[in-house]
Amino acid sequence: MKGKRFWLRTVILAIMLAAIGYTIYSNVFVEKRAIQVGDSAPDFVLTDLNGNKIQLSDYRGKGVFLNFWATWCKPCEKEMPYINSQYNVYKNEGVEVIAVNVGEAKVTVQTFVDRFQLTFPVVIDQQDQVMNAYNIGPLPATFLIDKEGKIVDIITGAMTEEDVKKYMERIKP
Amino acid sequence: MEQVKCECGHVNPIGTVLCEACGKPLEEVPMLLDMRYEGSARRSQTYNQTIVDKIWNFFSSVKVGVWLIVITLVASAIGTIYPQQMYIPPTVSPAEYYEEQYGWLGKWYYALGFHDLYSSWWYMLLIALIGVSLVICSLDRVVPLYRALNNQRVTRNEQFLQRQRLFSRSQVKDYENALPRVVDRLTKRGYRIREENGNILAEKGRFSRWGPYVNHIGLIVFLIGAMLRFVPGMYVDENMWIREGEIKEIPGTNGKYFLENKTFILEVYEKEKEKEAFQAAIDRVGSGMMAKNYQTDVVLYERVGPVVAGEEPKLKKIKSFSIRVNEPLKHDHYALYQVDFKLNELKSMSFHLTDKQTAKSFGTITVDLIQPEKEYDLGNGYKVQLLSYFPDFYFDENGNPNTRSKVPNNPAFVFKMFAPDRPKGEVSFTAIRQTIEPFGDNKYKMAFAGVDTRHVSALTVRRDFTLWILGIGGTIFMIGLIQGMYWNHRRVWVQRINEDVLIAAHTNKNWFGLKKELEGIFNDTPFVMPIDQVDKRS
Repeated sequence: MKGKRFWLRTVILAIMLAAIGYTIYSNVFVEKRAIQVGDSAPDFVLTDLNGNKIQLSDYRGKGVFLNFWATWCKPCEKEMPYINSQYNVYKNEGVEVIAVNVGEAKVTVQTFVDRFQLTFPVVIDQQDQVMNAYNIGPLPATFLIDKEGKIVDIITGAMTEEDVKKYMERIKP
Repeated sequence: MEQVKCECGHVNPIGTVLCEACGKPLEEVPMLLDMRYEGSARRSQTYNQTIVDKIWNFFSSVKVGVWLIVITLVASAIGTIYPQQMYIPPTVSPAEYYEEQYGWLGKWYYALGFHDLYSSWWYMLLIALIGVSLVICSLDRVVPLYRALNNQRVTRNEQFLQRQRLFSRSQVKDYENALPRVVDRLTKRGYRIREENGNILAEKGRFSRWGPYVNHIGLIVFLIGAMLRFVPGMYVDENMWIREGEIKEIPGTNGKYFLENKTFILEVYEKEKEKEAFQAAIDRVGSGMMAKNYQTDVVLYERVGPVVAGEEPKLKKIKSFSIRVNEPLKHDHYALYQVDFKLNELKSMSFHLTDKQTAKSFGTITVDLIQPEKEYDLGNGYKVQLLSYFPDFYFDENGNPNTRSKVPNNPAFVFKMFAPDRPKGEVSFTAIRQTIEPFGDNKYKMAFAGVDTRHVSALTVRRDFTLWILGIGGTIFMIGLIQGMYWNHRRVWVQRINEDVLIAAHTNKNWFGLKKELEGIFNDTPFVMPIDQVDKRS
């Protein structure tokens, strides 16, 4: 009788604890994104300003610094030169940058790219498809993707040049 | 050791106040019996041995449950002081916004998770603990109550009867002959009669006692439904803006479905078009002021082949549909609802390349405001280059032209105009009602020639597999509520002890109703109507 009660209570408490634990874990401690650190990065194909198709899966074996940005986003504007200068250092060590513009007019993007003399590929997500796949909220958003195509980290918000350097170091193959 | 034997022979669990069988008080109790839970043992208050028991007993307390609810209530109230995250501008970082707007209070508001209350871990924990309290409180009370009601005997202990609220003691001549009439009346009023040695227990509506527990089961089912929303794929709630003529991926469908907006329609009530009966009502708000219909005519497509984001999709048409308020497009458990709109968004702008002096035009260009061309050739050596484009133009803090977004709310252009007599070109900054010639006086200008507009429709994308569980939970909740509200558990005891006849009655609610009923039952009989001992005392 005593043993039965103990086990009954233990089982009921355990079930409730598991349900609560799962709910809180999945809601709070897992980022509320369709896509999380540790996932493999969703493949995408977009066209850059020169008309070349850029496909993420072609970059296997290299670290990819995937940056989502817009010309109107001030922190994006600030960090672009940092990314550009660090890219010039790390491209020889197998780190690539893909900058995904969130679907602005080509002319607008081109002006911006010319102004900052960006040397990495800049692609435009004209139909929001890639933004949907990566569940992009506020800009800028940066995904660090390792040589296996796994997402190592997701950074939202502005970066310093020191940050950019640190992040590129992390995905160096 | 864990049991108490009553003098009637029944063995009760330890902690029992009133014997389950005969009702004799087993502990010191007040003169009038407290009949809550039939005086059964609440186990929680008796066993306290292991850590599991201790946790269990903590949650078994109704006091704890009430405090949990109060704390949740207070937290919810605090959550309404500053706006929730979903209502602050989407472009700002919430961490900075709350501190900037509301100072150190705002900072703590954000740090403690009040800015997104329903998603903060401790709020969810509170709700979950209320759920735990609900389960344990119910279990700890419903089991003993069931036992007590199931074990009750017809013949009760004298003390039990005389300490009921409604009670009478009298001597009745010819008890055996008078009783059937009472039994008959009780039966007619829906009582089930049990008889034992000439004593009677009449009972009805016991099922009402289970109402609260049924209600709690409904709540638990409801909470489980709410929990399932966090399971991936169970719940989708997204928003999309789509322009007329646009084909767009439907967010939340993992790139599987696309939608085309054929046209957006806003209809209003107009005086001339409506029946006579509506004229007065239309006059009151003004003709054309009241919306009649918001509608988006759409075509739904499914993507064929593998999904690679960004790739031009191969689409298969599924259906055409007119989405109206409360008439969503439904497919594959997804529902698209009309939720908002924007009229007359700029689509394209036209300009004449004009000689400022003679006002002679050398051709017209039309600039698409979503994807403008880089160059517009007008022939005969006249052409226009678009150097820069700002769809939502403003001067930033450094005095440079910039754009606020990619939406063409206030388009501005930097044109370079070429003419046979200006082979190097002239630069002109052209915005709405504004022209700047940064490099001196130009010969030519871009004269505004007109705009083309279109409507934009906003749709909500919903998929909810938890709705039916919430529905079931809500239904059970209501059944429990009705069960406990509209039925009363009433019992009448008629018992002969030596020469005396004892009559006692109990109900779990509505004593007035019970008294009225008893009047009808004992009227014109030799029995003495039970007296309310609460009234008598005061």
